[in-house]
Amino acid sequence: MTAPPIVELNGLTKRFSRKLDVVERFARRLGAAIDDRAVQAVSGVDLSIAEGEVVGLVGESGCGKSTLGRMVAGILPPSAGVLRWRGTDMRKLSPADRHRANLKIQMVFQDPMASLNPRLRVADIVGEAPVVHGLVPRRQAEEYVAATLRQVGLDPAYLRRYPHQFSGGQRQRIGIARALAVKPDVLVCDESVAALDVSIQAQIINLFMRLREELSLTYLFISHDLGVVEHISDRTAIMYLGRIVELAPTPELFDKPNHPYAKALLDEAPRVSVEKRRFAPIRGEIPSPLDPPAGCAFHPRCPHAMPRCSAERPALREIAPRRWSACHLNETTGP
Amino acid sequence: MTEPLLRVDGLRTHFLTRAGTVKAVDGVSLHLARGEILGLVGESGSGKSVTGQSILGLVDPPGRVVGGRVLFKGEDLVTAGEKRLRAIRGRRIAMIFQDPMMTLNPVLSIGTQMVEAVQAHEKVSRAEAWERSRRALARVGIASPDERLAAYPHQFSGGMRQRVAIAIALLHSPDLIIADEPTTALDVTIQAQILFEVQTLCRETGTALIWVTHDLAVVSALADRVAVMYAGRVVETGTVAEIIGSPRHPYTRGLLESVPSRNRRGVPLRSIPGMTPSILDLPEGCAFRPRCDRTTGACAVMPELAGERGDRAWRCWNPVGAEVRGDAA
Ligand SMILES: Nc1ncnc2c1ncn2[C@@H]1O[C@H](COP(=O)(O)OP(=O)(O)OP(=O)(O)O)[C@@H](O)[C@H]1O
Ligand SMILES: Nc1ncnc2c1ncn2[C@@H]1O[C@H](COP(=O)(O)OP(=O)(O)OP(=O)(O)O)[C@@H](O)[C@H]1O
Ligand code: SF4
Ligand code: SF4
Ligand SMILES: [Mg+2]
Ligand SMILES: [Mg+2]
Repeated sequence: MTAPPIVELNGLTKRFSRKLDVVERFARRLGAAIDDRAVQAVSGVDLSIAEGEVVGLVGESGCGKSTLGRMVAGILPPSAGVLRWRGTDMRKLSPADRHRANLKIQMVFQDPMASLNPRLRVADIVGEAPVVHGLVPRRQAEEYVAATLRQVGLDPAYLRRYPHQFSGGQRQRIGIARALAVKPDVLVCDESVAALDVSIQAQIINLFMRLREELSLTYLFISHDLGVVEHISDRTAIMYLGRIVELAPTPELFDKPNHPYAKALLDEAPRVSVEKRRFAPIRGEIPSPLDPPAGCAFHPRCPHAMPRCSAERPALREIAPRRWSACHLNETTGP
Repeated sequence: MTEPLLRVDGLRTHFLTRAGTVKAVDGVSLHLARGEILGLVGESGSGKSVTGQSILGLVDPPGRVVGGRVLFKGEDLVTAGEKRLRAIRGRRIAMIFQDPMMTLNPVLSIGTQMVEAVQAHEKVSRAEAWERSRRALARVGIASPDERLAAYPHQFSGGMRQRVAIAIALLHSPDLIIADEPTTALDVTIQAQILFEVQTLCRETGTALIWVTHDLAVVSALADRVAVMYAGRVVETGTVAEIIGSPRHPYTRGLLESVPSRNRRGVPLRSIPGMTPSILDLPEGCAFRPRCDRTTGACAVMPELAGERGDRAWRCWNPVGAEVRGDAA
């Protein structure tokens, strides 16, 4: 009965290194302690996603969400760690199986303009992959594309247009249509509804939920919009500077966040109100992944930071059944 | 009454495509005083971005402003020449594009681009320009500014690129900023930081702001007034309290009801039924008619924008009245 998770990440890590310039390399040869400056965008992430599950991924801008999503979608090779597809290490799959697995994990990109080929018409952007992979015969391609466009609320009359002829939100929906067109099992959605007005956003979210019911589609749903994440995900993972700091069933996390960063996020979430609000600047220092703080990466901004926090990094621990958090407070005072 | 900083009058911007004329903006009027913040919301594809681009003369062919005026401090920008517009852009009116890569050049480092942006309008040394760029990055919450300035756009996250574009717009404390969905991909803490900077700028230097967004929570917290667009036209305007508290146009009400809210997990969200009309093929009369639950025979004629005051108006024959909203929590 226990099927393996559809996707499983084990210690997944991504480093982007900046090559040293000539002077720096020379200095290093003379013994200077200069490393290739690396951005550790994602550090040792463990996460398993069950078939049909929706996992929301939230976190500060630049904390590594897109990088993690791109590794899951097989677009970016991890620097370390293992990615399993239905229980098997991706690297151990035969090339043909890996290709098939990659097709089954589709990504909707954060930046639709950069991810849509400007020289192709919508008909080809959405229709090419399903034809090439034999999901749809070529002569039915146009009909298929039209139906897919309608699903995401786009008028099939737009079939012959190029990406630059669309509004921002329309382009975002083209990206969604392209991903759905190859009938994936897993969809990595990176800020996929961010540029949509709430009414169309509601349509797309309802579409995602319906596809999940009908096709038991699995989602890794990256979004900064806490309302959306709370609405659609079963579990929510909160990332801070490359690591997951809290992971829990969504209702529990939103009702009673454990990690101080999760609390800060939920407290600041703006709500629709008729009153103007005075915004306040971020207290404390914003960390840089180029130079991450020692110990708990959140300590420069944490209201509860103790001496231990700047010395020792808290591990992600199960603090209650299915609830994980990485904070020293859980050891000193209990949750 | 003094002349507002910006007055847009009956603006019409059309795209002449082979399939027909796309009337992306069709008679939009807006006005803005110094230090005022106008939220521009509306349906995806309703013409918000094209409105912003038209104000600055940035519409690419086959698009063209075919009617109306854009009076900035009394000067009509529609008839102003390219040279004059170039002097205004960036310095007097800054635009933050929906897609940050419209602002950023992929082959130049962020530092080079920011230094150029400073020096384009002010005679300062490179060192001074670099220092100003560092400070601008810090204001939008980007740490390690020196190393980030040396990096290229593709080495930034999506939200970091957005923030760089915002930092560039803030460089010269312009009179007017047109911000097109500038914080769509930012988490709440960084967003609050940026909204803080923006509010401070408006308060202290009198910069006025057009904030294009679909995020009603941000609009309600930030803006003074709101204009709602649908299919190329403004369909409702008013103060934030009026728009959020007592929307009159059925589309505005539908928008407010579609916001995902707490404690409704998993329940399908309310969305406005039907599909966005193709701008090429708009229905006669009110463009919202095929999707509206209040439509009557009168709606076959396009309603005018009318209401209590010039800036509290709606474009609807059967406005939402005082009756109780269907979705009281
Ligand atoms: N180059 C073009 N050629 C033809 N039509 C265009 C072109 N650029 C924009 N349009 C159309 O003009 C309309 C208005 O576009 P605009 O980008 O202003 O929408 P928007 O309100 O900003 O939407 P979004 O919220 O999705 O960004 C859209 O229907 C779009 O398809
Ligand atoms: N190609 C690259 N080269 C170097 N650094 C990179 C590259 N791509 C991403 N980074 C860095 O990795 C970190 C994480 O980036 P990522 O895009 O994953 O963030 P994110 O969580 O998606 O942020 P956002 O919410 O702003 O989109 C950032 O510090 C970014 O500068
Ligand atoms: S480990 Fe310390 S600094 Fe980090 S979140 Fe917990 S209390 Fe705050
Ligand atoms: S004019 Fe008629 S169709 Fe249009 S919004 Fe009002 S009631 Fe609905
Ligand atoms: Mg991202
Ligand atoms: Mg737009």
